[in-house]
Amino acid sequence: MAALTKPFRRRLRRQDREAANAAAQPAPAAAAAPEQAPVEIAPNDPLLAYFQGASEAVDIDALELDSPALRELKAAGVRLAVPLVSQGELIGVLNLGPRLSEQDYSSDDRKLLDNLAAQAAPALRVGQLVREQEAEAVTRQRFESELEVARLIQQNFLPKELPEMPGWQVAAYYRPAREVGGDFYDVIPLPDGRVGFVVGDVTDKGVPAALVMSATRSLLRASAQRLIEPGEVLGRVNDQLCPDMPKAMFVTCLYGVLDRDSGLLRFANAGHDVPYVKTAHGVDELRARGMPLGLMPGMEYEEKEATLAPGDSVLLHSDGIVESHDPERDMFGFPRLRDTVARASSEESLIDRVLTELAAFTGPDAAQEDDITMVTLQRSAGADVAGAQNGRVLAELSLSSEPGNEREAIDEVERAVADLGLPRPRLERLKTAVGEATMNAMEHGNEYRPDRPVLIRVLHSRDRLSVRVTDRGEARELERPESPDLEAKLDGRQKPRGWGLFLIEKMVDEAHERSEEDGHTLELVLRLEGDGHDGP
Amino acid sequence: MTVHELEVSVRKEGGGAVVALAGELNASAAEALDAAYAEAIAGGAGHVVLDFERADYINSTGIALIVGLLAQARAQALEVRARGLSDHYREIFEITRLSDFMTIEGKEHA
Repeated sequence: MAALTKPFRRRLRRQDREAANAAAQPAPAAAAAPEQAPVEIAPNDPLLAYFQGASEAVDIDALELDSPALRELKAAGVRLAVPLVSQGELIGVLNLGPRLSEQDYSSDDRKLLDNLAAQAAPALRVGQLVREQEAEAVTRQRFESELEVARLIQQNFLPKELPEMPGWQVAAYYRPAREVGGDFYDVIPLPDGRVGFVVGDVTDKGVPAALVMSATRSLLRASAQRLIEPGEVLGRVNDQLCPDMPKAMFVTCLYGVLDRDSGLLRFANAGHDVPYVKTAHGVDELRARGMPLGLMPGMEYEEKEATLAPGDSVLLHSDGIVESHDPERDMFGFPRLRDTVARASSEESLIDRVLTELAAFTGPDAAQEDDITMVTLQRSAGADVAGAQNGRVLAELSLSSEPGNEREAIDEVERAVADLGLPRPRLERLKTAVGEATMNAMEHGNEYRPDRPVLIRVLHSRDRLSVRVTDRGEARELERPESPDLEAKLDGRQKPRGWGLFLIEKMVDEAHERSEEDGHTLELVLRLEGDGHDGP
Repeated sequence: MTVHELEVSVRKEGGGAVVALAGELNASAAEALDAAYAEAIAGGAGHVVLDFERADYINSTGIALIVGLLAQARAQALEVRARGLSDHYREIFEITRLSDFMTIEGKEHA
């Protein structure tokens, strides 16, 4: 005679029945009874309700119910069943075979059994609970160590530090939920004073999400260095992710490229939450169409741009904020986030403002439901020397390195500066300088490889016009041969060539070179003060 | 972008030859310019006039071609003149000192 002790409370072990039968036999010990499959009472079996409601031992032979479990008990020779009920729940049954004396169970026997059941049920329940908790603890431990791995992967791939950007304040915030989600962000320094910003979210959680996140981040970093247009970058990453993407997973991601001098932010969005930009006039949304990454190859990503004026700030965020709930299960939502951005003062950090609002909304005891990620970007107000000097972008273009393409550069720059009313001779000189600089970039920087683009950017401020020509050549000292000497060239002591840089320097007011990690830039500057009055 | 070939024509004028250049004077113009120069001196010209009236783009490689042509002419003691230069290219000829080695005809002569 034994009670069942399996974690599943409504399970009856056949062993119990064996034991009961064994008690009816004269000789062998119950311990010798072979292990048998438990008798289960299905949740919809009427016997379950009957046992649960029974206040005393039940005569199995006398019981008439359409119950598979009852039929099994009868077949096994069980005469008396004593339900063990704790707090209204059936947690076991004592099954007894025929009495050894071949008499029926007396009312004293029954009373004794009922008393035993009343004592045993709570004790059995405690035993069951302990076992359940032990099993849960093992599961939890395994789960926790997996979470730890996910957390490690995640944190390893978040930037350790943010780049210094004069004239800008960049801040990032990342707080994983207990069950780590797939949020990530990145800030990628790019050639020619540009910086890439990424905020993304991988569907799913835990280790799989963390792995997809790290792959996405690496692909983004690689493409961001090679491609200029944010839409192309997302398109490339999407194509690379698609073949290896686990089923039912995808990545939402916003990618923006900021020109820190001009404040031009170009961005594309793969289905991620729309960033907000706070300007002197209010709050705008940075919308651009695009499918999440990893769903389908060959996607196109719309590209938009916004110019951040001094004092403007941008909030990139993940859905962990807007999908947070208050105690009444209302969502924080986009309108509330937008309001928060609108009301933030320029003195206080936007991230702090959002976190304060969020904490007030969810209440102090709320468990964080999802990862929370924010990246903010604020252009310094006030005396922003670098920004004021470089002004706004009039044009930005990318040319493949093919002979003759400098003409395109010249035409584009001429169009871009058309409204500035440069005196004709100044314009002609600028055009020649742009042509020579572009040829130089295509030939010496990019070795006329069509896959290596030349990037040309035209910037204008009150007193300066600047054209920056960037190639993908390795960091180098620009070839600066001896100053061309026509007589030496005519005598054959110098090669006929070698006029490019000489001309450039004569054509513009300033020419600056700078080599960065993966690009070389030649900047041509026309000082505009006095133009229109005494320009030659 | 397509590279526009330089179109060159040679005609006689007085005791010299006029080499009229139309289009872009860049690296791809080398052959055409060489051929034109050869044609000009083959006719026994006493001097060569380069007419830039319709040359709308001259880059540093184009300048190098002119330098090469000028070196050849110097070796043959042949005078080279330039005609039809815009103000901008006239300035470039001055900056590079090409104008010290060839006569720049004013617009009134073009």
